[in-house]
Amino acid sequence: MSVSRFFDNRNTLGALFLLPAAALLLVFLTYPLGLGTWLGFTNAKIGRAGEWIGLENFQFLFGDAVARLSLFNTLFYTLVASVFKFVLGLWLALLLNKSLPFKAVLRAVVLLPFIVPTALSALAFWWLYDAQFSVLSWTLAKMGLIDSYINFLGDPWLARLSTIAANIWRGVPFVAITLLAGLQTISPSLYEAAALDGATEWQKFWHVTLPMLTPIIAVVMTFSVLFTFTDFQLIYVLTRGGPLNATHLMATLSFQRAILGGALGEGAALATAMVPFLLAAITFSYFGLQRRAWQQGGADK
Amino acid sequence: MSAVSLRGVRKSFGSTEVVHGVDISIADGEFCVLVGPSGCGKSTLLRMIAGLEEISAGEIAIGARVVNALRPKERDIAMVFQNYALYPHMTVYDNMAFSLKLAGVPKDEAGQRVADASQILGLNDYLQRYPRQLSGGQRQRVAMGRAIVRKPQVFLFDEPLSNLDAKLRVAMRTEIKALHQRLTTTSVYVTHDQIEAMTMADRIVVMNAGRVEQIGSPLGLYDDPANLFVAGFIGSPAMNFLKGRLNGSAVAVGSGISLPVRTGLESGREVLLGVRPEHLAVAADGVPAEVVVVEPTGADTQIFCKLAGTDVTAVVRERHDFRPGESIRLKPQLTYLFDPSSGARLA
Repeated sequence: MSVSRFFDNRNTLGALFLLPAAALLLVFLTYPLGLGTWLGFTNAKIGRAGEWIGLENFQFLFGDAVARLSLFNTLFYTLVASVFKFVLGLWLALLLNKSLPFKAVLRAVVLLPFIVPTALSALAFWWLYDAQFSVLSWTLAKMGLIDSYINFLGDPWLARLSTIAANIWRGVPFVAITLLAGLQTISPSLYEAAALDGATEWQKFWHVTLPMLTPIIAVVMTFSVLFTFTDFQLIYVLTRGGPLNATHLMATLSFQRAILGGALGEGAALATAMVPFLLAAITFSYFGLQRRAWQQGGADK
Repeated sequence: MSAVSLRGVRKSFGSTEVVHGVDISIADGEFCVLVGPSGCGKSTLLRMIAGLEEISAGEIAIGARVVNALRPKERDIAMVFQNYALYPHMTVYDNMAFSLKLAGVPKDEAGQRVADASQILGLNDYLQRYPRQLSGGQRQRVAMGRAIVRKPQVFLFDEPLSNLDAKLRVAMRTEIKALHQRLTTTSVYVTHDQIEAMTMADRIVVMNAGRVEQIGSPLGLYDDPANLFVAGFIGSPAMNFLKGRLNGSAVAVGSGISLPVRTGLESGREVLLGVRPEHLAVAADGVPAEVVVVEPTGADTQIFCKLAGTDVTAVVRERHDFRPGESIRLKPQLTYLFDPSSGARLA
């Protein structure tokens, strides 16, 4: 078989074209993921290759109060932040979808928190939340609403809520802009038809906007939940997991145990423990995302 | 059912006025068609009746009520949109029952009304389908069903057939007309297709550039157009126009060719002579014309030819074996005269 015949074969050619992408995925995605998962089942430490120890790491973590706290923190962080991001994002999207003056400028402004590197905006929040120099505390004090400065990042629950607020601030634009794109695909004549059918503004939203938006809500909220669940930067810059591990998420604790503490196996196990939760979120949205009957074409056309 | 009247209605978008004072009164139970070329303001006018566009000036009344300040849902009207505007996430049944549900009509009664409408429209087998699973004609029927179940005072149609293929359009045309004869609800129908207007309307409003050119029955407009625009717009193929000078009881249209007309106007003035293609007969005592293209359709034959340098069309019932380039003689049976500058009908 000649070389040109070899390259004419569709299957051969297809495999060849796939090769670069497959190689990249294999080297940069599959290998680290596989290695990480494998490390979770070993007692590797920095400077010492690990041996297979089965589920010992997971057993240890299950009994470890800090690890359990980090799981609670992560779930709380993800749940509260996602709910707020959804509500605020949808509200912003609806506002931006109206004909406002300076619409283009406003839309660009809304995107800003998304554009700024997280580490930078986290630093800004760090200042806002500072125990002595907080502009928030200063404002409230000047207004006479508080006597002493708020210790935003020093109290466990305040710290949790403060980091969540920063995460919401950062995550809302993504939700808002994506939902705005979804809103713009809804034909205006549907609203006109609804107006003639006697729908109030609220009924238009409930019976037209929301159902038409469900598919895109499913996509954007899946991504939002994944990003929030695996968040690292914000926490690491703001609190490093403190005070008293109150803001440690699984990702930050995993980093602390594995890199700073040197217990690679344990850290990797903690990271691996996140996978089932992420898979659950993806599965949930997969079923939520399945094309609904009304989105499918008919056989009858 | 209600009469609809428009009195001095104007519409401006910013500083641009697009509808310049329109007066129309539509009788109770009438099927009124607004027809005109794209951008003539007919859809805007319809949307003003519906309450989807604000009325810049003038007054619109449905029945005895002036509706200028009323919201769409308070006007007791139903509209069929060009793109149907069916709710894609609702079944056919829910689409039709939506307005009843919002109005708090009891479930049994709503079900009965939807059943009646779907019976009339032949949609019984499709009630549980989604709009996407329907053909264009079926969607069109659902859109009408949605309007029917409301039992509104007035039906508004915004070019409802323009998304259908030619054959379906003719069928739906008949269906809508039959539906109107059955329900006798006052209807306002917007189209740019003069054939739709002619075949469906009790009365036609011809619009152009934001003004009403003429209002009348289909045959009234055809037989007695008020001006050049209406004469050219109504009728298919369109009326032929020849420039010429009035000379006694004939119009000289150039190179020694004169066409006889009946008129009491003074000689010597410039006129536009209009003659419909179907009023041009092939006759030995006609004026000479050169055949360009012959298009037989079976029932009749369209002859495109040059008469005194102008393109004219003749439609004849009898069959001729004309060749391109051949010289024939055409005789106008019925003519109209228009003022070339104002477009007004002279005779």
